[in-house]
Amino acid sequence: MTPLQMALSITVMALITFLTRALPFLLFGRMSKIPRVVLYLGKYLPAAVIAMLIVYCFRNTSFHALSSWLPSLLAGGTVVALHLWKRRNILSIAGGTILYMILVQVVF
Amino acid sequence: MHSKLLSAAVHHTLPVLMGYLSIGLVFGWMMSAAGFIPLWSVAMSMVVYAGSGQYLGVDLLSNASPLADVAFFTFIINFRHLVYGLSMLSKFHYITGWRKLYMIFALTDETYALLAGAHPPKEVKEQDFYFVISLLDQLYWIAGTLIGAVAGAIITINTEGIDFAMTALFLVIAVEQWLSGKQHLPALLGIIGPLACLFTWGPEGGRFLIPALVILVTSLLLLRPVLDKAEEPNSAQKGENLL
Repeated sequence: MTPLQMALSITVMALITFLTRALPFLLFGRMSKIPRVVLYLGKYLPAAVIAMLIVYCFRNTSFHALSSWLPSLLAGGTVVALHLWKRRNILSIAGGTILYMILVQVVF
Repeated sequence: MHSKLLSAAVHHTLPVLMGYLSIGLVFGWMMSAAGFIPLWSVAMSMVVYAGSGQYLGVDLLSNASPLADVAFFTFIINFRHLVYGLSMLSKFHYITGWRKLYMIFALTDETYALLAGAHPPKEVKEQDFYFVISLLDQLYWIAGTLIGAVAGAIITINTEGIDFAMTALFLVIAVEQWLSGKQHLPALLGIIGPLACLFTWGPEGGRFLIPALVILVTSLLLLRPVLDKAEEPNSAQKGENLL
């Protein structure tokens, strides 16, 4: 990527992120009642989107090659198990990532 | 007066300090591992300032994704912020001018959680207190990013697989959401719908997420009578906050 493309991409990220934070103030700042369908989607869509992004993360995992799906499965399982156990974000993320790195670099 | 304000705000933001330093550090390190100089990583933490959004950003930048894709992905991952703003409308009502703009910009999950439960000490003005909390949180995030980016640029170990940190972060957020809500149907839909789209359209460029999102929104709207009926009382959030 050229520096210009980098700068443009980061600018787009910044603008869109700010937009998602500013929209409620722009749209509903003067409204006494917020449309219920907005509240409804705001309540249930985030969980669906995060699940969808997990599918996205694993999109290139191939079930035909053991070296592709086994590290993902083991490391992913470790993240979930660690988090259910201690509920410490950084422990779960670092634990799973380090295991994944060892698996792809050394084992497979 | 100023020292009182600062010490109260520092004290109040301590829970975020360690979290932001470490999650920011991993972000910076991933950026360096992907070949981007620390300047870019720090710039992102200054102007974008979104945990999971920036993790996804590493992926978007290293794939040289088209701007339309960058916009789409950034929007869907930050969609939840729409809800935060809603519940901050009254809290931010008396804050004006550039301070209000900054606080809206800086309304991350952690800052949102801190502000929701923040009560300034007697001598400190409410709006000053909220503003300094927002500012400190971002400084922690930038500091973590800088440390990680520089360390990643200097220390040359084999970093193959470090991008798994993004997957791990999303898994952590999903587990937190699963534990804190009684309604699991949206999360299950979020797995099944996109998987079906992935098998139909293939993984290239992640474009399958566009039909997947349409399916998710449509099915959630159709399921509204069911989910509204099963309406749960707002369960208190335990554990750490989401990113």
